Formats: sequence, C-alpha cells, structure tokens
Amino acid sequence: MGRGRERESESPRNSRSLCSAPMDFQVVVLAGGASKKLIPLISKEVPKALLPVANRPVLSYVLELLEQSNLKDLIVVVEGQDAAVRVGGWISGAYVDRLHVEVAAVPEDVGTAGALRAIARHLTAKDIMVVNGDLVSDVPPGAVAAAHRRHDAAVTAMLCSAPVSGPSESGSSSGKDKTKKPGRYNIIGLDPTKQFLLYIATGAELEKDIRIQKSILRAVGQMEIRADLMDAHLYAFKRSVLQEVLDQKDTFQSLKQDVLPYLVRSQLKSEVLLNGAPQAEENGNEKVNFQKNQVMVSRILANASTPSFHEFSGLGTNDSAPRTHKCCVYIASNRKYCARLNSIQAFSDINRDVTGEASHLSGYSFSAQNNIIHPSAELGLKTTVGPHCMLGEGSQMGDKCSVKRSVIGRHCRIGSNVKVANSVIMNHVTIADGCSIQGSVICSNVQLQERVVLKDCQVGAGFVVSAGSECKGEALAKKEK
Amino acid sequence: MEPRRSPRTVIDPKVRQVGFFAPGAPPERSVSVPPAPIVSSSSSSPPVSDLSPSGNSLSPVMIPPPRHSSADNALLPSPSPSRPVPASPLRRDSLTTAAGRSYSKPSDFFPAMSLTASSSYAGRMVGNAEFSADLRGNTVKVVPTASSFPSGGFDLTAVKASSVPATGLTTVSVVKMMPPVYDPEIIVEKVGGSVEVQNDRPERSKPLKEKTSKAERRALQEAQRAAKAEGSKVPASSGAVMGANAKPIKATKPHSQKNDSATVAGSEKRGGDRLSEKDRKKDAPHPRMQYDDKIRVEKAKRRAVVKQTEAKNRVELFRHLPQYEHGTQLPDLESKFFQLDPVHPAVYKVGLQYLSGSISGGNARCIAMLEAFREAIKDYSTPSEKTLSRDLTAKISSYVSFLIECRPLSISMGNAIRFLKSCIAKVPLTLSESEAKASLQSDVEHFINEKIILADNVIVNHAVTKIRDGDVLLTYGSSSAVEMILLHAHELGKQFRVVVVDSRPKLEGKLLLRRLVGKGLSCTYTNINAISYIMREVTQVFLGASSVLSNGTVYSRVGTACVAMVAHEFRVPVLVCCEAYKFHERVQLDSICSNELGDPDVISEVPGRDDINYLDGLTNSENLQLLNLIYDVTPSDYVSMIVTDYGMVPPTSVPVIVREYRREHVWV
Repeated sequence: MGRGRERESESPRNSRSLCSAPMDFQVVVLAGGASKKLIPLISKEVPKALLPVANRPVLSYVLELLEQSNLKDLIVVVEGQDAAVRVGGWISGAYVDRLHVEVAAVPEDVGTAGALRAIARHLTAKDIMVVNGDLVSDVPPGAVAAAHRRHDAAVTAMLCSAPVSGPSESGSSSGKDKTKKPGRYNIIGLDPTKQFLLYIATGAELEKDIRIQKSILRAVGQMEIRADLMDAHLYAFKRSVLQEVLDQKDTFQSLKQDVLPYLVRSQLKSEVLLNGAPQAEENGNEKVNFQKNQVMVSRILANASTPSFHEFSGLGTNDSAPRTHKCCVYIASNRKYCARLNSIQAFSDINRDVTGEASHLSGYSFSAQNNIIHPSAELGLKTTVGPHCMLGEGSQMGDKCSVKRSVIGRHCRIGSNVKVANSVIMNHVTIADGCSIQGSVICSNVQLQERVVLKDCQVGAGFVVSAGSECKGEALAKKEK
Repeated sequence: MEPRRSPRTVIDPKVRQVGFFAPGAPPERSVSVPPAPIVSSSSSSPPVSDLSPSGNSLSPVMIPPPRHSSADNALLPSPSPSRPVPASPLRRDSLTTAAGRSYSKPSDFFPAMSLTASSSYAGRMVGNAEFSADLRGNTVKVVPTASSFPSGGFDLTAVKASSVPATGLTTVSVVKMMPPVYDPEIIVEKVGGSVEVQNDRPERSKPLKEKTSKAERRALQEAQRAAKAEGSKVPASSGAVMGANAKPIKATKPHSQKNDSATVAGSEKRGGDRLSEKDRKKDAPHPRMQYDDKIRVEKAKRRAVVKQTEAKNRVELFRHLPQYEHGTQLPDLESKFFQLDPVHPAVYKVGLQYLSGSISGGNARCIAMLEAFREAIKDYSTPSEKTLSRDLTAKISSYVSFLIECRPLSISMGNAIRFLKSCIAKVPLTLSESEAKASLQSDVEHFINEKIILADNVIVNHAVTKIRDGDVLLTYGSSSAVEMILLHAHELGKQFRVVVVDSRPKLEGKLLLRRLVGKGLSCTYTNINAISYIMREVTQVFLGASSVLSNGTVYSRVGTACVAMVAHEFRVPVLVCCEAYKFHERVQLDSICSNELGDPDVISEVPGRDDINYLDGLTNSENLQLLNLIYDVTPSDYVSMIVTDYGMVPPTSVPVIVREYRREHVWV
C-alpha cells in the first residue's frame, strides 16, 4: 500500500527524468565488499553488507532508514560479483514490493570513489546522496539533504559524535583495538556557526601537525577544530560537482580520503563548474537585456541573503568574486544513534547497542525482561537469559546456561552449563557443554567442543574449536583454500 | 470545566446566527434567547436536574427557522413547536452536550480512538438501531445521568458522536466500510456537517429501525443534503430542524475537537496518511489568521507541515499574531525533507531559507518565491482528468500555505501570488500544456523583470535627481532600492555622504555599509539610538518600504517610523522608495493589527557577548514577555514623498496608483 501511495503522489509531479527521485535526490548505497578489517568475520559467503546485527543484515538498517524517509529508489553498489549476487538475492527476498533497488557490481578495490565512477552514468538527479552500507543510525537522512539544499552546497557531510569505543563492562579491551582506535577519528574544522566544513583529515593520515590553509582561515576568521566528531559516511553531493571531480581526478580512490578533502580544500578557489549549468538556457532575442536583469536579480538575492564567509572572501577589491563552493556539515544531535560497522570492535559495539540502548533501531519488540527470545527457541532448566539479549529462531539451550548482553542467532544448539557474555553468536553454531564465551564473535556453522574457553576471540565461519582449548584475544579461522 | 467555557463564549456569536437564519423572525429576540441555554448546557454537568429543562428550553429556540414563514411567535419558548418533530432536537442537543463533556473521560474508554468505531457506526445498522433504541429510552429522561455514568449504550454513542468531527477531516477517507457517498461529503462539509449526520443517525434509525442498510444509506444521503442546505432555508421540516440544530452542535463541536486533537486525531494523523494537497489547500490558514483564536490555531496546527510550537509568553497586545518557538521548526522540517511529496524541491528550498532567515527583504523574498514557482511550473504536468488552470492553482495554493508556515507572507508576495493566480486562471483552454506552461513561465519572468527590476531602475533614475552635491543622506536598515540609488548617484559622480542607521537584532545595515564602503562611498554608521543627534547634519532621508498602504501609510522594517518622525521634527525631507507592486489597498492605522513577530530570543541574548546575557534562564519566566516586532507603520504625515516606478508622488496619491495600477494590470 505504501508503494501505491508513493506512485500516486509522484506521478503528477515530474515530467523530467527525476520521476524516481523524490526532491530531486538520488540515493546510492555503498555496500562494500570484503573488508580487510573485518576478517575473519566476513567470508565469501557473508559479505560485509550481510553481517548480522541483532540477527538482521547490517545493510537492512540503512535500507530501512531510507525507507522511513520515503526514499524507495535506491542504487546499491557492491564490490565483487559474488557479493553482489548475494546481496542482490537477499534484497530481492527481503524488500520485494517495498523498495525499488538496483544492485550494481563493481570490481573490488576500486574504492568508494571508483564505485561511484562506475555508476556515474546512472546518476541523473540534481543531488546525490551517498550512504555507506555499514551505517547504523536513526538520523533522518532528510535533514542532511535539507541542509544541503538550503545552502546550495557542493557537498554536505553528516557528522556525529564519535562513539565511545570498547565494551562497557569489561574494561580490559584488548590492546590491539586500542591501537586501531585513532584511525577512526577525524580532525574536523568547522566555522563558528557549525554549518561549514573548513578542514577534514582522517586520523590515519594525521601526522604531528595539521596544515590549514591560510586563505580559508582568513576568510572565516575563526575555526573550530574538533576531534570528537566522526564522519558518518553519509554525504550529499551536487551531482555536477561530483561528476566533475570524478572525471578530472581519476586518481581519487576514496570519497572520504580524496574527494571530500579536495572539495574542502578548494572551496574558495573552486575548480568545479558550479554555475555553468543553470545559466546555459537563454532566450535568444532579448539576450543582453535578459542577462542584465539576471545579474540584477542575482545581486538582489545575494544582497538579501545572509552571507557566509564564502561571499566575504570575494568582497575584496575587485567585483568578480572568485568561484567558491560550499562544503556543509550536518551535525547529528547527541540523542541520535549513529555508528559505523567498520571494525570488529564496532561490530560487537553495535550489536550490543542495538539490543541495548538503541533498541528502537532493531525493529523488534522487547519483552518485559528487556530481551528478545524467539517463541520457537527452547531453554533448558535453570537457564537464564539476561536483559539486552537476543535469542534467534529455533535455537536450543541446555540446562544451567547463562546469557548476558549477547546475541545468539538462529538454530544454534547450545549445551548445558554454557556461559555467554558480551558476545555475538551467529547462526547454526553448535556449542558443547561447559563452554565459556566472553566478548567474542562466533560466525556461522562453528563448532565449539566441550569446555572451550574463549575470551575476546573471533571465530571464522565453519571453524571447529577442539575440546578444552582456551583462547584469548585470537582470531580463529579456516585457512583459505 | 473552566477552560472549556471560554471558547464557548467565543462561539456565542455563531449561535446568534441562528436567529438571523430566519429572515422573518425579529432578530433581537432570537439573539436574546439562545445564549442562555448554551451556557447552561456547557455548565450542565454539575446540576444534574438542571440539564433537561435547559435542554427543553433550548429546543424550541432552535426550532423557529422552519416555521418562520407560518408563525412569528414561534420564538416564544413554548414546547408546542417541538411537537411536530418528536423531541428529537432536544435529544440531539443533550446528546452532544453529553458528548462534549464526557469525552475527556471516555478517552480512556476509547483509548485507541475509534476510527473503526465510527465506521462501524455508519456501516453496521442493526447494532446501531439497538443503540438508538436504548438511547431513545434513555435520553428524554436520563440524559443527565447518562453523562455521569459512562457505561451503557448511550454513552457509547455519545462518544462516537463526539469523536466524529475530529476524525471526519482526514481519516474517514481511509475507512473502507463507509458508503461511498459519505466521505466526499464529509470532507466538503468539514466538521459541522459530519457531526450533524452522525448525530442525526439515532433519530433516523428510530423510524427505520431494523431496516436494511440501503435505506439507511438513503437516509444518510438525505441528511447530508439537508446539511448542505444548512445556510439556506429548507422547506422540509426535518431538514430545516436539522439546519437549525447544526448551530448548537457546532457550538459544542470545538470541545470535542480540541480534546480529540490533543489525544487521538492528532496522533493518528501523524502516524498515518498525509492530507492530499487539495485538502491542504482548502484548509490553508488565512494569511491573516487571528492567532488568538484558539480553535482556528488548533486546526491550522494539525494541518501544518512545519511543526509549530507556540511560544508561551507572548505580549498580550500581539496575541493575534503567529509566534512559534524558533529553533524547533527548522530541524523538524529538515528531518521531514523527503516525506513531503507535494512540495516542489525549489519551493521547499525557498521555504527553508525563509525559515532559517537566510533570505530576507521584500524584493528578494518575492523574487525567490517567484523563481521557485517558475521552477515548479516547469516541472508541472497536469494529471489526467484535471484541467491545468484548476489543478495548478491548487498546487500553487498548497505551496503558498507551506511558505506561510515557514514565514508569514509579505504584502509584496501576496500581490505577486495574486498576479500569478490570475495568470493561471487566464490561460486559454485551447493552449496545449507545454504552451501554457511556457506562457506562465514567461509571465513570471516578466513580473520579475518589469515590476521589480525595471521598477527599481526607474526609481533609481527618479531619486537620483534629488541628490545634489554636498548632501548628507540618511538611510535605515538595508533597502535594495536605496542601495541602488546610492550606488547609481555615486557612479554619476555626485559628491555626497551617507549615514547608515542600523538597529539590533538583525544589524542589516552592516552589510549595506560593507558594500557601500567597498564601492568607495563615504559613510557614517550609527545605531538608531543616536538618531536624534545625527539627524542634525542630514539633508535627506531615504527609506525603503515593505509596503505602502492606500492611506499613504508606509509599512516597513521596525524603526522606520522612528527615523521618519525624527526627520520630520528636524524638517528633513523623507523619501520612501517603494516599487508599485508593493502597494496595497489595505488601510492600516497602527502596527498592531497586522504585523509579524520575530524570534524573541534574538533580542534577549547578544551573540558573542556572554558577559551581558543577563536574561539567561529568564526567558521562560511567567513575568517576562519578549516582543520582537518586525514591522512598523509610518503615518503618511511624516513622509514627504514616495518614489515609485510611476514617478515621485505624495503619499496621498497612493490610492490613485493602487487603483490605476490595478486597472492597468491583470489582477482583479
């Protein structure tokens, strides 16, 4: 029914090519492929987009966020042919009649910018929204789009406060994650009104000092440098700008590391054609007069609008203002949840949050004990499932088990006297008696034999952990054939 | 009870109309009688025994209209007129009063609010007949008690009856069980009509008891027809009775509606379907809605796209103007970006800019709006089975109501909208769609070019003749026309000095100053506090205007009047530069009745000066009311001359221009 209504309301609106794009926005979801950071969680069978978060593929969170915003026409770009087939298969099963999704496969390792380059000819709307498929958030994408439109910006990035990393209970997070952590942070420079992006650098490329352009600083007067914000990888681009950049700079690989910093750097001496397109159409006969009037109109409009620093920088001695474009930000409020699944740590964090504090995202209704136990799941005697837990369909648990803040997938068979805490257990996992699992991720089809003790481990799909082994902070996976 | 009584007294005049309803009847009698029963019915809940007599006296008064032709003494509160229609009006009245009162209680009785209940009410007849049967048994005697016992069939129907008006606006069309005749009628009739129909049901179903649903539907139709004829006189006695009764019902309506809107209907609508844009257009708030009228505001708020939280502490004198809590609207509207299908992206963008204040100034706002409309027309395509002129007008109206929600329209924008609509109406039917669109787009373009750009050029040429070497010109705020004059005079090589007077909180003058200084003019900048000092050295004052009204009053940025008066006192000529498209035939004597309220927070705090934010934490105090007026009114006495595209005229000539201008140009 929702779909019917959508068609109804849109059909009279547009005659141009944007009949599929509400508000002249097109959405591209970058679902990624095999990410090195997430090995061993992902495999050929489970591309990154299909990693389960609270027993739902992570991509579904983005798709549902978009669906809520009435964005039902999506392009999903997946790296790798196999992954594309899998993701496409899942989407067509799960979202038939709800979303109109086109899946595009791009070769691996082309990067985000390369992926967009590959589908550039499908982009027709005025603005493009690019979302990473690993975003788990409830920030309305419309807000970003509206901020983008309001400022007529070249690019608008959504920023959210960086997550407090690490599991909340066990403070002894492994040292490996700690070293990784700075990589996820950005140094971000904002103008005093917190609307424009003046500087961006990701933590990885960050050395001892950061270089800020004098011209920008002079134009703005004051810059706020923040490290507590995270780039949520949700961008709105002006299509003409995006395509221009992608065409001109064929070395650019990543949106975040190349395209966005480039646009931010060049915002006061823009090399991208911004104003070329709209003024191309003119009435033949009264051209001169018309243009003069146009100049007047634009001057009146420009004078009346509150100027940003971009205009001020042009208000120097000469009349012809240098070309500028605006790079805006939308800062999500702290109450909203926003996280990216880009590391193993993030994976467990998000799983914990979605069953815990951000439970409204999961789409499940929680029981009175604040957990979700599928009716078909079987619990043995004296088995307790604590709050913020999830037990999938058809899973069986033996006697005297305890589950705390964990997600257990479908059709798992868990023996007696098993303790599971702060862990994620995917589907079809067999756990024998007496195991203890803490802070670990266990992928599908894994077998844990008796009395296995795992702490902060990741077990790849199909692995068999032999009886009595104790592991701490290890990644266990089958060797690639 | 307290809060409810006040709206009812507001409604009072409406009830009086019942008297005027009957042309033959002497109005003053009917005027005198009805209010009493109404009031008593509102306060009826505590005195149980009191209700039925009051209900009795109520019904004869309501009856007269049908009988006006035959008997003029019908107005006497005698029970005889009510005989022909067996006690039904009485019952209906008492029913609705009971409903209005008991609603707040049964809201837990019907927690999820019976969209289905009302539909089943319409659809299932047998059950209804039963209800009405025991209703009939109850009402005549037991009405008062029924309201105090919220159990049994009576109360159930009462709740339903009261719940109908709220849902009737929107959700009815969703309900599938309704007979097809029903929903368009309700939408057209809005609340009054639907209430009537619903309330009429028990009465109808009494004779038709145990009848088929088809007969029921006919009865329904009949009732609706009668309801339609509410305003005119209806010969059929039953219909007329109903017509008369519509008024008291209306009088009770606001109650149930308000209660509903708070609890049920509002939430239901937000969750569910949007109003079609046509409905939006139909219900569009009047541009000059009186915002102290709580009922209307409530209604408008439910329709609104932009979330409007009314500011709490408003200055008493300006209660009739819209004032919302700024800061809540923008994020809300932004987050709904993709959910508003009917609004064209260009219009949406302009709306956002109005709301965030990034576009201000009469000309700029008007141009931005027109350009957005031009974009919208360009992308427009007529749906099948509709005509371009009508559908496009409706579309434009829905855009306009969206823009009003973002910020109240300026007079210049109102004029431009009128122009555009008349253009659309005049599009010949023979034109194909693309031709019509092209002609409309060029119309819009012409309006911008001729009425604004060309007009400005003419104004500049006129006004420049008044500038002589050695002049000291004073201007206030930032007017686009004045700026052009100054720049042009400078280009001509005239030697003069400019005093830019500015005021908080917008400090628009600074931008003007920056541009003027950038062009090499010698300027003085001061705040309005120093106006009486600086005026000594000034030789002429140039002011911009948002509008010039037909009594010569200049409606402009707040502070203009002050500048003009001081100039007048110092015998300095005041020239107001205003394009003729901003003229309006309205007459306004003060700046109270029509004005705009800005964000009160911007005057309470000074950005960047944390050390003097003494009002921190006081803004929500009951005793503090902040007033941030946007416009004021300068009486024509203080204006020496108005420079317009028709030449330089004294303010007294404005009505002439308004008249001539109107005749010359299309808008009627």
